[in-house]
Amino acid sequence: MEPTNLTIAEIRNLLASKQASAEELVRAHLAHIETRDKEVRAYLSLSPERALAQARRIDQKIATGETLPPLAGVPTAVKDVILTKGNRTTCASRILESYIAPYDATAVKRLEAAGACVLGKTNCDEFAMGSSTENSGFFTTHNPVDLTRVPGGSSGGSAAAVAAKMATAALGSDTGGSIRQPAAFCGVVGMMGTYGRVSRYGLVAFASSLDHIGPFGRSVRDVALVLQTIAGRDSMDSTSADVPVPDYEAAMERDVRGLKVGVPKEYFKGLNPEIGDNLQKAIDLYAKLGCQIESITLPHTDYAIGCYYIICTAEASSNLARYDGVRYGFRSPEYDGLRDMYRKTRDRGFGAEVKRRIMLGTYVLSSGYYDAYYLKAQKVRTLIARDFLEAFDDVDVIVVPTSPLPPFKLGEKVDDPLQMYLADIYTVTASLAGIPGISVPCGRMRSEPRLPVGMQIFAKHFDEARLLQAARAFEKAGGFTIN
Amino acid sequence: MALTEKDVRYVADLAHLELTEEEVKKFLPQIDSILDYMQKLNELDTTHVEPMAQVTYPAAENPSVRSDAPRKTFTQEEALSNAPDPGGDCFKVPQVIEKE
Repeated sequence: MEPTNLTIAEIRNLLASKQASAEELVRAHLAHIETRDKEVRAYLSLSPERALAQARRIDQKIATGETLPPLAGVPTAVKDVILTKGNRTTCASRILESYIAPYDATAVKRLEAAGACVLGKTNCDEFAMGSSTENSGFFTTHNPVDLTRVPGGSSGGSAAAVAAKMATAALGSDTGGSIRQPAAFCGVVGMMGTYGRVSRYGLVAFASSLDHIGPFGRSVRDVALVLQTIAGRDSMDSTSADVPVPDYEAAMERDVRGLKVGVPKEYFKGLNPEIGDNLQKAIDLYAKLGCQIESITLPHTDYAIGCYYIICTAEASSNLARYDGVRYGFRSPEYDGLRDMYRKTRDRGFGAEVKRRIMLGTYVLSSGYYDAYYLKAQKVRTLIARDFLEAFDDVDVIVVPTSPLPPFKLGEKVDDPLQMYLADIYTVTASLAGIPGISVPCGRMRSEPRLPVGMQIFAKHFDEARLLQAARAFEKAGGFTIN
Repeated sequence: MALTEKDVRYVADLAHLELTEEEVKKFLPQIDSILDYMQKLNELDTTHVEPMAQVTYPAAENPSVRSDAPRKTFTQEEALSNAPDPGGDCFKVPQVIEKE
């Protein structure tokens, strides 16, 4: 038994049969992190006392013969944009370098109530803005599959931690692809539920109409179990949906024979041909499983990047106004009056990408430009959402690549922000429409160094069960190692 | 399009960002090219399209909000725990009102 290569169910069985203790599992992970994280650098901070205290509580339950909660003893990592009470929560930004969260995010509360052991906080792009984790204000994370490459972003640390077995599961956040793309880059499973499926209370806001908290895992079941735990209405987040959470674990084992799988042509142009080949193998596999493959069109796909980067930057410019040195975080030590304090604090505390997005957002919301940019983008958003609604009249799920390109080299794209943005083309659409999306491993690139390829599945609002069903069938049929 | 340095400084000012000269010069072409790219949306006729103001779908018939009743939240100490200039029972900031 390799303690760092277990599934949630395997952990549960080991603990219940007393073959291992929760404390042993946590310690095994902490020991592995000590060596492996020197090269991967997934974690910004560790919380060994918190994890061990939780582990001891679980071990106590085992000793007294109590039924174990669903995520008992599961070593879990949490992206550092999600608040963990009493622990540093920095959003990978110097402006929050010493911020200690005064409360737990609802998702964290639910994880811990289910027995999960929070090992620490993972690195990310600053304030979740980026697609490579290179925008972290502290250091960058390396892809465990190839350390010279990016793990993806913005939840690169969480994806890398799970891929490198430094956590069994992790929480990330996804605004325009920030869970799904790093999952693809690191070869793990990452899921974003419907907007409102998981409470955002305790998620540091980037773009409030696009932000989601979601799980990473090494298997579809693990991701389903974490989602099961964190999903559901929260009175502290009025945008969280009052929609019941079905039994995902049961639903996902259903046969996919007869499932209608839509393949939109707009997602298959301009992508790396080896990625295209793997996706074609995946589609063929679905056909073999008895699914009905249908060619569909999502005609407004090409406008999604422009739409996304207007809306998310506008919302970010508003959400990040609170970092002004007044109530928390960094305050510039010298200043000449209040306004100067704001200006120096923000200029010194924020990194370049954050400043860029704040300025873009301020511009598109400013007087004279609001109608031309923001209002226009909101209307285009309706068109993009409508594309999906209409598609789901005909098909049950949609299958697309996660990224048009494989994990790139560290430093390769830092000088051209627009090029970085354009690579989000396959993930921003689901965020704009508010529908759920999952990325699963879909083989490797044919050429060395055989980098991971990811496949995305979309379903309609609140149809996570069907999404997980399609993902599980693919996994069972060997899709993760399709080549 | 042609964004100018004056535009960048104006926007930075609105956002309470004090940019260095170097930053203004670096950001200008980047922001310009991104704004230029966004012009693409003008290819679409959105005359009869409603903006997507709400993402929660389907919108609930009776959206539930929690009752407007006072509850225990943070103690004063907790609320002040991250204050950059600690030691008071309020957040200490530079003088806001200018004296004559």
